[in-house]
Amino acid sequence: MTIAASSREKARRDWGGRLVILIPALWLTVFFLVPCLIVLKISLSQTMIAQPPYVPVLDLAAGWPGIKDFITRLSFDNYKILGSDWLYLASYLRSLAIATLSTFILLLIGYPIAYGIARAPRRLQPVLVMAVFLPFVTAFLIRIYAWINILQREGLLNDALLALGIVREPVVWLATDTAIVLGIVYSYLPFMVLPLYASLEKMDESLLEAAADLGAPRWKAFWLITVPLSASGIFAGVLLCFIPIAGEFVIPDLLGGSDALMIGQTLWTEFFQNKDWPVASAVAIALLVILLAPILIYQHLQMRAVEDR
Amino acid sequence: MVEGNPDGQAARPLVRFEAVSKRFGNIVAIERLSLDIFEREFFALLGPSGCGKTTLLRMLAGFEQPSEGRILLDGADISGLPPHRRPVNMMFQSYALFPHLTVEGNIAFGLKQDGMPKAEIAARVREMLTLVRLEGFGIRKPHQLSGGQRQRVALARALAKRPRVLLLDEPLSALDRKLREDTRFELMELQENLGLTFVIVTHDQEEAMTLADRIGVMNGGQLAQVATPSDIYERPNSRWVADFIGDVNLIEGRVVSSTPGQTIIENAAAGRLRVAQATDAVVGANIAVALRPEKIQLDTTAPRPSDENCFAGRVTEIGYLGGVSIFKVKLDNGLDMKARVANRRRLTEQLIGTGDRVWLSFLPDAGVVLPQ
Repeated sequence: MTIAASSREKARRDWGGRLVILIPALWLTVFFLVPCLIVLKISLSQTMIAQPPYVPVLDLAAGWPGIKDFITRLSFDNYKILGSDWLYLASYLRSLAIATLSTFILLLIGYPIAYGIARAPRRLQPVLVMAVFLPFVTAFLIRIYAWINILQREGLLNDALLALGIVREPVVWLATDTAIVLGIVYSYLPFMVLPLYASLEKMDESLLEAAADLGAPRWKAFWLITVPLSASGIFAGVLLCFIPIAGEFVIPDLLGGSDALMIGQTLWTEFFQNKDWPVASAVAIALLVILLAPILIYQHLQMRAVEDR
Repeated sequence: MVEGNPDGQAARPLVRFEAVSKRFGNIVAIERLSLDIFEREFFALLGPSGCGKTTLLRMLAGFEQPSEGRILLDGADISGLPPHRRPVNMMFQSYALFPHLTVEGNIAFGLKQDGMPKAEIAARVREMLTLVRLEGFGIRKPHQLSGGQRQRVALARALAKRPRVLLLDEPLSALDRKLREDTRFELMELQENLGLTFVIVTHDQEEAMTLADRIGVMNGGQLAQVATPSDIYERPNSRWVADFIGDVNLIEGRVVSSTPGQTIIENAAAGRLRVAQATDAVVGANIAVALRPEKIQLDTTAPRPSDENCFAGRVTEIGYLGGVSIFKVKLDNGLDMKARVANRRRLTEQLIGTGDRVWLSFLPDAGVVLPQ
């Protein structure tokens, strides 16, 4: 092969490499970055009964003065509203509290399940992983409505508790935080189990034998070896659950009460009931910033782990 | 099967397997095996894969429980003790270093489990790092080390608790040849200097021969022979051991006469064989003579006016190995024999070629009679 041909070959390969990156980059720009910027812009606008329901609207036909006018009319007023009204702060805190509690419970339930699958005979493992996933083949809404059925006053749960004599009166389950957390834990379990399983499955069993050989009883070997070595799985599972739970709308709307709202519900109310797009956008941007923090921390830790390797 | 203990060692065994059996479901891994290992001994378990040698080691470490029989350490039954309560430590074939801990963290792991004071742990870790010549590597993680260095960390970690017995599961198999040979001598030195008892599992005969004071050759879940390396090689007690250890020519025959110090065997095709060794076999019984290839004399002329311990044949194949050459010879009586001859001259001046007529002979004390 001549030098010219080989450099042409190389250029072609470079171009191919760029194309591979270009497609997802383009996708993310069009369907993620641009919408985000639009939402950011709306959050800096003022509400107005019009079409679209906010001002200012960028009018490029007006030329440079039009753009200048547009920029000067943007403001942070909506964020001031978020800070001044207790309703918003309460929703944020409530979302974070429920997400923290649910994620913790998910970890507590998910870890033993993932551990059990990872230690099961190898040919059984795919079956068990499928078993974790299988309920999620049915529609999400149907499963949540099923929970309403289970949790209502004359539902399955109360029937069972009354029959067993554990309670004398039917317990109110629906429209409580318990119902929300129950629904969330049920719905998000695979997202906790799978990353945990992936990290536990890779673990070399001889490490536990070595720990035992060096004098560590089983529980200590688990704590000193298994848990640290599954840290990446724990991080991934926690983030995969925490972030969407914090923004969850459907589960609290169907299973929770109407007195205290999670941030997703507040956002929905602003957008569809109050028709206040700018404030709804500000709520969304603030949520994004709040949730970005754990992602960045995770990325940082991941990078450090990779550099360590 | 235990053939006494080597001189200068305590009479009481440190480790004793008493009629130990181990079954996994229907598969018998170890069958009624008894073995004594003595204080300060370097003992090697040698055998082909699947012979049960690793299972035996794992039972001593506590990872497997014997199905029957007892394992004694210092006279006390340890069969039921979990691994973390046994005063033995193991060096794993895969090294099993904890990837999230530093070299120091790995070595200190066992000491921390014992609740040793911090200052003492630090001192012991330093001592261990010096012992395996890894000073300055303490804060590295296992993945930042070479294979040889990892092997040393594994060794230091297993030695840190000063175990009564150090178990080594194929400790050198992951190293390349040159490093493996150097490490052998280091291991021997270490065992000598520390005065510890080492039990090593290996499938590498050369390794077992060089390292061990005594070797237990295992086959099919049982000990075929337990003896010093030279006894195993020079006086194998069965055809299987003779065949497994090194290279061997086996010549079948009937006992003609048996006196203390001498056995005469008659082979229908090869004639009379005289071996300077007694046998239990009665006259007329079928036995075999084992002859190591290097103990056979190869000549291009008939050596002696005697038909004893001498056969004529033709060279069928020559394998040149550098220092020595292996000659495959088809005897006139149909037997195939191998002779190993040191290359005292350069190859260009090789006198014997394929197809040449040669005579093989051996001295009476070169052969070993093996019971059927």
